[in-house]
Amino acid sequence: MAEIVGAYFTSHVPSIGGAIHRGLKQDPYWKPFFDGFPPVHEWLAKVKPDVAVVFSNDHGLNFFLDKMPTFAVGAASEYANADEGWGLPLYKGFTGHPELSWHIIEGLVEDEFDPVTCQSMLVDHALSIPFELAYPDVEEWPVRLVPIGINTVQHPLPSAKRCLALGRSVHKALASWKGDERIVVIGTGGLSHQLDGERAGFMNADYDRFCLDNLAGDPDALTKDSIREIVRLAGTQGVEVLNWIAARGALGPRAREIHRNYHQPISNTAAATVLYEPA
Amino acid sequence: MPSDLEPIPGTTLFDGEAARKGYALNALCFSFNEKANRDAFLADEAAYLARFNLTPEQHEAVAQRDVLGMIAAGGNIYYLAKLAGICSLNVQDVGSMQTGVSVDKFKAMLLAQGRGETYEAAHKEMLNG
Ligand SMILES: [Fe+2]
Repeated sequence: MAEIVGAYFTSHVPSIGGAIHRGLKQDPYWKPFFDGFPPVHEWLAKVKPDVAVVFSNDHGLNFFLDKMPTFAVGAASEYANADEGWGLPLYKGFTGHPELSWHIIEGLVEDEFDPVTCQSMLVDHALSIPFELAYPDVEEWPVRLVPIGINTVQHPLPSAKRCLALGRSVHKALASWKGDERIVVIGTGGLSHQLDGERAGFMNADYDRFCLDNLAGDPDALTKDSIREIVRLAGTQGVEVLNWIAARGALGPRAREIHRNYHQPISNTAAATVLYEPA
Repeated sequence: MPSDLEPIPGTTLFDGEAARKGYALNALCFSFNEKANRDAFLADEAAYLARFNLTPEQHEAVAQRDVLGMIAAGGNIYYLAKLAGICSLNVQDVGSMQTGVSVDKFKAMLLAQGRGETYEAAHKEMLNG
């Protein structure tokens, strides 16, 4: 039987990739963020996942406004990164796990979710940066990927309640998967930040703490707020916490926090890195 | 009034109305994923913009590098960030342009929040300091 070894959550600010590239991990500005990663490296070396189910949001690489799925499940055998418009060096690609992707899709549709299925899908910094942080020195990623995209770009967004339910349905599918994989669930993005408007630069440590204090033990607490209220509390891009909420659902009913690092600001963002194990 | 209906200060939700209004502007920005398009824009901005059906408002906002104007014209920041990149602007530069303060003051506002100040206090200092 496959085993869900735990969940890893982190922010995906594009400039993190730049800091890695320029060797700035020990720079005073970056150090408090990168200091959150040795426990992640040790944990991954211990639990040795070989599949990652990752909840993230596209930032205008794979999807445009011509077709904007609320939920999208990748079912490709390979996933490449591509130029996101900044001409930066490309991130490594991923090997997929299409059999598991389709098993998840079957489970989701049986549970009355209606995801878009993608046999071709580019993955952007939201997916690549968490892997660069988790596996800093590898030639190839040691895990196969099942990416699940959530629309955090164009309102109406799916509610937090719906995202948690989606994650729980993914958990059900993972629990019924007959393979012997070791699965890590990943949620990327957030926490509070706002890039646009006169309120640009908004962060909210109190709301972030509320999320971090409840996500393991009572994730339903995060679903009481409407999307609009989450935008008010977390900022226009802080709604990326939806990825965390869905990933928490996919981990399973009970979770125990084994690591937490919170630091602001990284660029315009309150950044956090968290590990959970099933409890 | 339920808080859900209260406006969020300084914030525009990118909803269906914005997505319709901003389609051409966001399509312009999305095109910048390709280097050839970035080069074409940099080589002859007016000619490149003419390929897109921008409204006069969108055209003016792009020409003036007016970020709030682009958002008012339906621009979405995830796409606008690609235009910002071509112009060598990072998100602190874009923050400074939208808040009307220097980049240094905008960064100081972010750092103040990192030291535990609320956004409201840090923002007030940014405008007054
Ligand atoms: Fe993001």
